[in-house]
Amino acid sequence: MSMRQTELDQIRARAFAPDWRMRAVWLGFAVYVIYATGQLNFTWERFVVGLDRGATFLGRMFPPEFTRWELLAEGLLESLQIAIISSAIGILLSLPIGLMAARNLMPVAVTVPARAFIALARSFHPIIIAIIFVKAIGFGPLAGIFALIFASIGFVAKLFAEAIEEISLKQVEAVRATGASFMGVVIMGVLPQVFSRFIGFATYQLDSNLRQSTMVGIVGGGGIGGTLFSAFRRFDYDFVCAILISIIAMIMVGELIASWLRKTFQ
Amino acid sequence: MSVTTTTPPSGPTWQRFTPAERLARYAVYLVAVMALVWSVRNVSIIPEFLYDAHTQMADLLTRMWPPDLSYYPTTVHGALIETLHIATLGTILSIVMAVPIGLMAARNIVPFRAVNEFAKLILVASRSVNSLVWALLFVAIFGPGALAGTIAIAFRSIGFVGKLFAEAVEEASPGPIEALTAAGASWPALLLKGYWPQVQPAFWSIALFRWDINVRESAVLGLVGAGGIGLVLDTAMNFFQWTRVATILLAIFAVVVLAEILVTQIRKRLI
Repeated sequence: MSMRQTELDQIRARAFAPDWRMRAVWLGFAVYVIYATGQLNFTWERFVVGLDRGATFLGRMFPPEFTRWELLAEGLLESLQIAIISSAIGILLSLPIGLMAARNLMPVAVTVPARAFIALARSFHPIIIAIIFVKAIGFGPLAGIFALIFASIGFVAKLFAEAIEEISLKQVEAVRATGASFMGVVIMGVLPQVFSRFIGFATYQLDSNLRQSTMVGIVGGGGIGGTLFSAFRRFDYDFVCAILISIIAMIMVGELIASWLRKTFQ
Repeated sequence: MSVTTTTPPSGPTWQRFTPAERLARYAVYLVAVMALVWSVRNVSIIPEFLYDAHTQMADLLTRMWPPDLSYYPTTVHGALIETLHIATLGTILSIVMAVPIGLMAARNIVPFRAVNEFAKLILVASRSVNSLVWALLFVAIFGPGALAGTIAIAFRSIGFVGKLFAEAVEEASPGPIEALTAAGASWPALLLKGYWPQVQPAFWSIALFRWDINVRESAVLGLVGAGGIGLVLDTAMNFFQWTRVATILLAIFAVVVLAEILVTQIRKRLI
């Protein structure tokens, strides 16, 4: 009887053995959290005071104030224009740059600089690129457009290059065997294989540019972000709430259009 | 001897798309071109700014060279470490909040449609607000500093982590769960020994991926006063200390690249 019980215990211990390595990882996380919160001077007191202030803050946000809708519409339209122009130029530029970065079609002398450029464009957050353009060429939507073109190249060109590297070379060889020029090979042998994926990246980037175009204004890059930031600075919280609601609405419509586009082209 | 004329073989003509599909595509192209023309005609760009953009940009870059590397140990290093703390703590906090919400959103864990939809609403709300906006809100609440930045990163990440975690849980195979239920396992045991081993690889992969994104995002938060290296960048730019700006940008670039390499290495070992 007891013999049977110990046997069962042994089986149970084997089936659900404690994972000491994993427990050490969790302990490490706990120690880190305590250490880092100490480093950043987080105190419970500050948190509680903040919650109190948060309640008054939320109270002042409602009801949202839509009476200055002309200012709101102007900012949203500018954001939309920034998103459309930067997506168009950025996606078009990504075609040659992505092709140049594809290691199966291009010599190393071409791929290395193209890849370095893509890595540079991808590493910085669009807002940081935007602030540099604002300082260089001045306030306004032009800086935002340049920043988002850069960001688009970083994303679309990278994925486009990866898609080209995965194509089947048989078709490329077949087109080449007919004596086609380099452009002929690209248009007839490469593009048909990657076009639908390219549309996918492009719609994703359009969606992402729409989100970022509402933000570049915070650093002076044009669009609704500037209106939002100045409303924050003036403690105009009911207008802030109205702006946030409109931004979220625009982004959700953009997301719907993007998913519909993807279905059309799938 | 008659001349044979070759007629093309008759048969069905193959077409890749139906007329409706083709029409839809042309409509999309047309709308895209119209939207672009409308944007270019209406956007308020000062042409002089556009024409001398390249000289202005070149001018700025020459003023940035050479980077003032002596600035790194005094100020940049501390801010960089703070940025990494914000990103890491924010990711951990977001996971703590996102796991319960993700479980609520998973249909095989909570069989009530209303609860699922409510949890999904929270996730969508978190994702549709940009991290800069979250940072502005929390700076208004907690005052400027790293606390606002950390909470902003956490709230921004809930949507991403929660959505992917819920999808991973929904994909878990029901076999082990049924076996445990048949053995009379309690509800926590079911989660811990049935679901957790199955979603663990996805969980670590999601957490690492989000941490990588958060390192990039937390570098920006300082521009609205939420701590980290963005604050130092903003100060250097306001004083036109371009050589220092170059140092800061180099530091951000290095950290982002290192974070990406670290994530790929850990992921290779884990999965």
